[in-house]
Amino acid sequence: MTIVFERTKGLTDVETHYCPGCTHGIIHRLVGEAMVELGVLEKAIGVAPVGCSVFAYNYFNCDMHEAAHGRAPAVATGIKRVHPDKFVFTYQGDGDLASIGTAEIVHAAHRGEKISTIFVNNAIYGMTGGQMAPTTLVGQKATTAPGGRSEEHSGRPIRMSEMLATIHGAKFVERVAVNTPANIRKAKKAIIECFKVQLEGKGFGIVEVLSTCPTNWGMTAPEAMKWLEDNMIPYYPLGNFRRPEEAE
Amino acid sequence: MAKGKVTFKEDICKGCELCTTVCPVKIITMDRSKINAKGYNPATVTDMDKCIGCANCATICPDVVITVERFK
Repeated sequence: MTIVFERTKGLTDVETHYCPGCTHGIIHRLVGEAMVELGVLEKAIGVAPVGCSVFAYNYFNCDMHEAAHGRAPAVATGIKRVHPDKFVFTYQGDGDLASIGTAEIVHAAHRGEKISTIFVNNAIYGMTGGQMAPTTLVGQKATTAPGGRSEEHSGRPIRMSEMLATIHGAKFVERVAVNTPANIRKAKKAIIECFKVQLEGKGFGIVEVLSTCPTNWGMTAPEAMKWLEDNMIPYYPLGNFRRPEEAE
Repeated sequence: MAKGKVTFKEDICKGCELCTTVCPVKIITMDRSKINAKGYNPATVTDMDKCIGCANCATICPDVVITVERFK
């Protein structure tokens, strides 16, 4: 008998507070596994956001820091510049990174800060109860858009990866999803590649992970995975937008 | 003869049912006769002899409930 899958040492033994079927748990695990496989757990410093993953500092088995809403890239900038030998990452949701924190992420990328960002996009504000986010799809219902998002009123959802890929300092930009085991394995590969960009001192890296919110979408977890595939992936295409060799 | 074996930590399962959707041999079900410490019906395996040890269930589980072993 060989153990082929067990809990990674990159996570603590604490049970998460996330709702049943929330994909934050999967993404936490991928980040933990990536840190262990790259051997950086001992020198890792993570920055947790505001949002559902505000308690991420309880779950990652490395040093963690909490940031004000949207400011994780600014806090990570400070940490990395004081400790250039450490591995520094931020873990942020779409309400954090794509809304109140847009300026911070754009300028961290623009300065080419040598940090890595995991951007969890579930197209809604989860923690505060399902309000419309900048990433909410046209027609998607939210508590602040009960008839569905209107393009005329709120515009189309923002595609952060495409935008960040236009910035020279962003050396690695990829969008992945965690709706199937195959996509989850691809997501882990992207996270490892992104982390390597920092470890090799090449610059800023971000992985956008399409995620679900069964509770606020009003679906079961399997229905939410299907909804992600049918609605989010067509608007937010998966794939790599930037690698270091393409950034010149 | 089973090729693999999965172990569920039933007490931390949140009953989201994602594992049941990705099992290629369809041996995972929700145990409706049991309620765990969190108040959910936990996932369980009906026929372990059919397990192929692919780890799909553990890969999609958001709560790291499942450990997978494979026979050599």
